[in-house]
Amino acid sequence: MLGLKALRRRIASIKSTQQITRAMKMVAAARLRRAQDRIIEARPYADKMREVLQSLSLRTDPEAHPMLARRETRKVELMVITTDRGLCGSFNQNVFRRVERFFRENRQLYEEISLTLVGRKGLDYFRRREFPIIRDYVNRFRELDYQAAATIGGDLVEDYTGEAVDAVFLVYNEFRSPLIQRVMVKELLPIEPLEVEPDYYPVEYIYEPSADAILSELLPKYVEGQIYRALLESVAGEHGARMTAMDAATENAQEMIEKLTLMYNKARQSAITKEMMEIVAGAEALR
Amino acid sequence: MAASFLLEVVTPNRLVLSQEVEEITAPGVEGEFGVLPGHTPFFSNLKVGEVMYRPEKEQKYMAVTWGFVEVLPDRVTILADAAELEQEIDVERAQRAKDRAEERLKHLSPEDREFYSAMGALERAINRLTIASRRK
Repeated sequence: MLGLKALRRRIASIKSTQQITRAMKMVAAARLRRAQDRIIEARPYADKMREVLQSLSLRTDPEAHPMLARRETRKVELMVITTDRGLCGSFNQNVFRRVERFFRENRQLYEEISLTLVGRKGLDYFRRREFPIIRDYVNRFRELDYQAAATIGGDLVEDYTGEAVDAVFLVYNEFRSPLIQRVMVKELLPIEPLEVEPDYYPVEYIYEPSADAILSELLPKYVEGQIYRALLESVAGEHGARMTAMDAATENAQEMIEKLTLMYNKARQSAITKEMMEIVAGAEALR
Repeated sequence: MAASFLLEVVTPNRLVLSQEVEEITAPGVEGEFGVLPGHTPFFSNLKVGEVMYRPEKEQKYMAVTWGFVEVLPDRVTILADAAELEQEIDVERAQRAKDRAEERLKHLSPEDREFYSAMGALERAINRLTIASRRK
């Protein structure tokens, strides 16, 4: 049993930890709201992009474009999005496990699987375990903007068109709700052909300079858009996960404080009782 | 025929503008072009430049940085990497970007890979400054 003084110190320490977790929870909640807004703001552009690609794919030969054409897949690249900071529950662990599963399941299928990592946590984890890492982007999220997605997109497209790899997959946490994230594996390159709805009636455009030229400018943008979306989802998910984790931590701290306070009071009371017994016993003896 | 059409400008970050206008001009890769209501369907790449739009009598401007434009008889959609309305342009920032790009260009020649990114930055900065200077 701890002494009174030690107990008091313990309680004070847990209280100050609780203050931190509570503050972190509040910060995460505020950031989450902002991140959700950004997902919504990015939607019109993404929708429009899809629509335009759909109408373009009807009037060009998709096989003619390297980013659409499928070739034999031997080398695969995974782009893995994790966080730069910790304290967000199992958010990153879920991604790690999914990536390891991908390696286990597909080792026979492909000659080579390599990683592009976004986020410090992923870099730390996979470097320690000596996974083949092509490149990493660390600390991109403080000022996450479209430019970050454009840079990453440019690098990945270069890998793919330079035939350093034959396919690129995205692994990231999809934002379902503030409480739920789900790890997704999505094929990024080659771009899967868009399904054209059967009743879709294409408009006869005049293209300038030409449909093909526009398509080749548009496809890299489309890839960037997909990456941007995944980054936004991951950031929103991260704040959601941190909020949940910090909420649980605050509650646990409260529980511990209550338990320790009870212990402290009991110990104090028994100390007082003991002292009184001694005084009474001493007085008895003097009589 | 309708006297106006809907102009929508979207970037990856936000919807910049959604407004009924009577006329626009935009910087296509193969030259500036104008659109009036009832234009034939048309699709073009854009370069760095200014988009003029006229909701009613008064002409307004915005800076666009690369992108695409889709023209339909009753609707024009611009998908741009970046777009700012004239009143949104941060003149100081553009000026700094211009100075920085000029500084970099002094030490670069067209053989350098960076040369073109610096040229691009300069072009964008000058574009923003030109458009900002139109506001009174």
